[in-house]
Amino acid sequence: MKILVCISRTPDTTTKIAFTENNTKFDTSGVQWIINPYDEWYALVRAIELKEADPSVVIHLITVGGQDTEAIIRKALALGGDEAIRVNAESHDSFFIASQIAAVARNGGYDLIFTGKETIDYNGAAVGGMVAELLDWPYINQATRFELKGNTAQITREMEGGAEEYEAPLPLVVSCQKGMAEQRIPNMKGIMSARTKPLKVIEPAAADVLTAVSRFDLPPPKAGVKLVAPDQVDELVRLLHEEAKVI
Amino acid sequence: MSVLAFVDTAEGKIKKGSLEALSYASQLAGVLNTRSEALVIGETQEDLTQLGKYGIAKVYHVQNAPSVFDSQLYTKIAADAVSAAGAKVLVFPGTSNGKALAPRLSAKLKAGMVSGVVQLPELNNGFAVKRSVFSGKAFSDVAILTDIKLIVLNPNAWPVSSGEGSAEVIAVQTAHASSALKLLNTSRTSGKVPLTEAEIVVSAGRGMKGPENWGIVEELADVLNAALACSRPVADAHWRPHNEHVGQTGIAIAPNLYIAIGISGAIQHLAGVNRSKTIVVINKDPEAPFFKAADYGIVGDAFEVVPKLTAALKKFKGLS
Ligand SMILES: Cc1cc2nc3c(=O)[nH]c(=O)nc-3n(C[C@H](O)[C@H](O)[C@H](O)COP(=O)(O)OP(=O)(O)OC[C@H]3O[C@@H](n4cnc5c(N)ncnc54)[C@H](O)[C@@H]3O)c2cc1C
Ligand SMILES: Nc1ncnc2c1ncn2[C@@H]1O[C@H](COP(=O)(O)O)[C@@H](O)[C@H]1O
Repeated sequence: MKILVCISRTPDTTTKIAFTENNTKFDTSGVQWIINPYDEWYALVRAIELKEADPSVVIHLITVGGQDTEAIIRKALALGGDEAIRVNAESHDSFFIASQIAAVARNGGYDLIFTGKETIDYNGAAVGGMVAELLDWPYINQATRFELKGNTAQITREMEGGAEEYEAPLPLVVSCQKGMAEQRIPNMKGIMSARTKPLKVIEPAAADVLTAVSRFDLPPPKAGVKLVAPDQVDELVRLLHEEAKVI
Repeated sequence: MSVLAFVDTAEGKIKKGSLEALSYASQLAGVLNTRSEALVIGETQEDLTQLGKYGIAKVYHVQNAPSVFDSQLYTKIAADAVSAAGAKVLVFPGTSNGKALAPRLSAKLKAGMVSGVVQLPELNNGFAVKRSVFSGKAFSDVAILTDIKLIVLNPNAWPVSSGEGSAEVIAVQTAHASSALKLLNTSRTSGKVPLTEAEIVVSAGRGMKGPENWGIVEELADVLNAALACSRPVADAHWRPHNEHVGQTGIAIAPNLYIAIGISGAIQHLAGVNRSKTIVVINKDPEAPFFKAADYGIVGDAFEVVPKLTAALKKFKGLS
């Protein structure tokens, strides 16, 4: 069993979002970078759990990014995983990124590819589905539970107003969200061994770019809160009805 | 040329997000001077001629598709429909199925896709769509560079608009009829409005002290016919099920009214709720950061304020 876990780098969740160069670029100055939480807490940790249950499982990590993403790849290796691949390219086009991952997966003999549900910066929820299509594999998104039963997988997927449980054949692409696993902290042994785990850097395959970000905007600031005294709840009801018109 | 909307169904019933996609497709078709059409895959008990009410001229109904949602199979079916319809813009609801299907179809057709879309495209200089990024903390304009374009809407970002009209329904048979997936089980969160579709959401945090105190939160939600939500620590402590967890790492929502009770308003929480139209915060700490993001606020003890608010709403609704 060979698993490929897709790891992306995102700004820390407390980052103040700002833009430069006439609102065309995200301002990265002072930004703390983290592993995208969905990739770390759910996709990677579930893969590690599968390896703990069956030591013959091999886990590879892949990231498409410049050299400055190596710090978070090492952090991911410290949590677990056998080796990492960095495709040396920077892009925010989901199709370009998916094409790189599919190119690696095509010759890698993987049974399973895990991605996060979405990246918390660009929120595309796109890369996993695209990888699956490029490989012509089944794809289950927003998985909250994943179990292996021999050569098939049982997956629970959460959606609007309910959940669905599937049985799917391998190979398979799964996008992971809360419920799949619990967040972990890397231990000393993991951190030490991550330093010596292989991190292979490869050049990108030729691939099209289908979209381009042209500019960013911040939402208009809120007008400010209207406070209502705790014994004036009728007044709040009136405001919600007459002013906000939401009830 | 046409604009084609994907109609997502659950057990044969059209989801609210699909109505948003139909409305968006028709508006866009108006701007582009073309017609809007719809694609329905699998059995449904709905009268599809009624999609005309949302401005749809023609509905392609693929009748013999398996009812199990299989993105691999549905992509093949949808690609056939795109070429049959000569569709140039494809519109998807921001539902779980929409988010599984759109990226696959994008890769299959090599057509650019943008998700989280909140507005009609800007057509002056190419085709640029405004979308939500950084978990609702910003917007970005993204140009789609290919001939065929895929748009995935942000849930609750586009209003449903309906009028008069009847659509022509074309029954389609597909050769792609067998799925590699087996649906073992479907469960519904019984009778409640799905969180992502709810117009009103009542949410509570650690200020409630423990799961045994949720009764007053549920009663408030009941009078408002609202969905329930919670902050992350509440779900992590198993006070509430994790499918109620909203925020950066939970579900992102955009209801008309979000009522936050005993939630401090950490930036990761706000990331999932700041697209709500109106935010009401009830917190006993006047310094709670949530007040900065709120439209209305009550500084007070939730255990006193919430039952009073429920009673006032009952009176307002003529329920007592
Ligand atoms: C990477 C990352 C991702 C995260 N993702 C999320 C996420 O998706 N969603 C999320 O919610 N959090 C998320 N968090 C956690 C977030 O930072 C906060 O810790 C969390 O939102 C706090 O939850 P809370 O407001 O319920 O609790 P607290 O911060 O403990 O606040 C409780 C509030 O209740 C008030 N209160 C207490 N008693 C009463 C009373 N009797 N009446 C009225 N008010 C009262 C207090 O004044 C306080 O403001 C994330 C954190 C990290 C690091
Ligand atoms: N640059 C990248 N390198 C590797 N994996 C990525 C990259 N971008 C996105 N992914 C994976 O695809 C998932 C969905 O990303 P997105 O489509 O951008 O929301 C992420 O959670 C990652 O698992």
